Amino acid sequence: MRGLIFRREWITGWLLLLPALVFLFAFTHIPAVTTILNSFFSTPRGRRQAKFIGLDNYERMIADPVFWKVLWNNLWFALGTIPVSVALAIIMALWVNEKLLGRSFVRMAYFTPTVLPLIAVANIWLFFYTPGFGLFDQITGTLFGWPATNYLGNPDTALNAIIVVTVWKEAGFFMIFYLAALQSIPVNLKEAAQIEGAGRWTIFRRITFPLLMPTTLFVCVNAVINSFRLVDHIFILTDGGPDNASALLLFYIYEVAFRFWETAYGATLTVALLILLSLLAISQFFFFDRKVHYK
Amino acid sequence: MLKSFFLKAVAATALSFSTWASAQAVDLQFYFPVAVGGKAAETIQELTDEYVAQNPDVNIDAVYAGSYQDTVAKAITASRGGNPPQLSVILSVDMFTLIDEDLIIPFDDYLTTDEDKTWLEGFYPAFMENSQTGGKTYGIPFQRSTPVLYWNKAAFEDAGLDPDVAPATWDEMVSFSKKLTKKDASGKATQWGVRIPSSGFPYWLFQGLAIENGAVLANAEGNKTYFDDPKVVEALQYLVDLSTEYGVMAPGIIEWGATPKAFFEGQTAMMWTSTGNLTNVRDNAPFKFGVAMLPEKVQRGAPTGGGNFYLFKGASDEQNKAAVKFVQWITAPEQSAKWTIATGYVAPRPETWETDTMKAYAADFAPALVARDQLEFAKAELSTYQNQRVTGIFNDALAAAITGKKDAETALKEAQAEADKILAEYR
Repeated sequence: MRGLIFRREWITGWLLLLPALVFLFAFTHIPAVTTILNSFFSTPRGRRQAKFIGLDNYERMIADPVFWKVLWNNLWFALGTIPVSVALAIIMALWVNEKLLGRSFVRMAYFTPTVLPLIAVANIWLFFYTPGFGLFDQITGTLFGWPATNYLGNPDTALNAIIVVTVWKEAGFFMIFYLAALQSIPVNLKEAAQIEGAGRWTIFRRITFPLLMPTTLFVCVNAVINSFRLVDHIFILTDGGPDNASALLLFYIYEVAFRFWETAYGATLTVALLILLSLLAISQFFFFDRKVHYK
Repeated sequence: MLKSFFLKAVAATALSFSTWASAQAVDLQFYFPVAVGGKAAETIQELTDEYVAQNPDVNIDAVYAGSYQDTVAKAITASRGGNPPQLSVILSVDMFTLIDEDLIIPFDDYLTTDEDKTWLEGFYPAFMENSQTGGKTYGIPFQRSTPVLYWNKAAFEDAGLDPDVAPATWDEMVSFSKKLTKKDASGKATQWGVRIPSSGFPYWLFQGLAIENGAVLANAEGNKTYFDDPKVVEALQYLVDLSTEYGVMAPGIIEWGATPKAFFEGQTAMMWTSTGNLTNVRDNAPFKFGVAMLPEKVQRGAPTGGGNFYLFKGASDEQNKAAVKFVQWITAPEQSAKWTIATGYVAPRPETWETDTMKAYAADFAPALVARDQLEFAKAELSTYQNQRVTGIFNDALAAAITGKKDAETALKEAQAEADKILAEYR
């Protein structure tokens, strides 16, 4: 009797899990496994079937200068976007957490970039960056008399121009998390510190910032993922150019798989991205986690 | 994005209704891209509706599929999923890719009568170069274009040049541009002489320079490129020199999309761009402008561009016959004239230019004829097997040279070596 009940509970349990499992497998696990399998085969073309080629795709990837270039670009992109957007988010959150005139308006203004679709804002930024009659050139031209600057058409500045757009887009989103976290910090801690004679900076460094650490961890994980994930604006702003100066890993994967139709090599690059992301996520949770102060 | 989704949703609903309504008629699905402003999508829809109204035995579902890039991606994905369209307009240069993917069939099997064969010969030969290979016709020219030079007559007058004469040679383009380039006291350029955009797909306009210098970029079989030919190197050096040596063009990569705007704003006195922008410039230029053929070095020359009709595999004999009939109808003079006037694309058949509609249009707007006259000197657009990848490599090389990261010769030598590696298996 007990065995039967146990079995029935067991079936109910699995049935309840089933809808979620179907989606998890259909959209996450099966594609991931297929991707890994495909990376060991050649790209099937209409006239030629895919054949097993072992590690050839991986050898090609290691010898591919564009792969290393986009990986390097991605590193710069991460270094350029994560610290700046997180720092900006904290500053903005502290600022709009104070009592100030038109607080909700400022909060809304900071949050607006998050709400706008990236493709749409990229088109606006494209106008900002346009040499000659773009917004930036009109400002720098009138104020300082600078000559027209081709921000997006110069390999030295193209990636930085993209980083600026990304920071602008992301900082407001992270601000919301910090704002929520700030409001959950009890005021009496701050008051106690003030009685002890601590200045604003000490309060921030010794109390506020440590208490924000769980949020910082969460935001950092998100920022790292985003630095590999946000490529929409590249299609509009530079299309990866000039000479791949502003291409990122995911952009390159799209290009290889859906422009060049080299699906097998695209799968190989995807595996590289997957490994990279899992390593980052694991190390973040293992090393960073120890320093995080949970209540 | 929203618009295309909406259109697709509408099209899908319309399809399910129409399939139900006339089970006896032949159903055709037809993908088309839109790459220029104006009324392209509406015009295709109108023409298709008109044809269906005249021919109750056929149903055509015209699906707007986004840009050229989106359209080829959708067609390939749909075919792999076992649900190919019967007909699609795709870049003429994607022919080898589609053959390689084994997705298209030649038109020849359905063009058997003498009348059909004469019809096939009625297209401009320059457009057929990208449409035929191995003695078979895989593409029928439809929305085809070619680059031309636009010049600002007011700026020419200000610079003391004859406003009705465009530069005819490379040297003239430099000497005119030197007079046209205006700099303020601090040395900042307020008006450049010429603008040859180089973002996205720099190979297309660059190919104009290469052809003018007597070079060919790829063979007709699509399995060999000649990127490091000294004539190509010389053409690239000229393009680079326009900004570095002569100082008459803005340095760095120049945005394609902002080019007409820069021309309207007086940022540049001349620009190279597609004839597909003709209607746009006509409507928006605040000054008198002229349109001319690209200047020559050893010969006149320009690449062709734009899209062809392709027949997809997997359709029934009946569907293919109906599709070919539709293609013949939509490229016929009256329909083709309507299409050319609405968009600025070059009508692909000489007989279209003989219609009263086109004659009236050309009499009113002479620049429309420049593109047609240039066809005599036009050559096939760069097209190879694995086309997107090979042109991608070439684009990177051009960008590296334009931004001064590599010299012209090294960049092109490297690109040629890369392309050879890819194309070796197709020889």
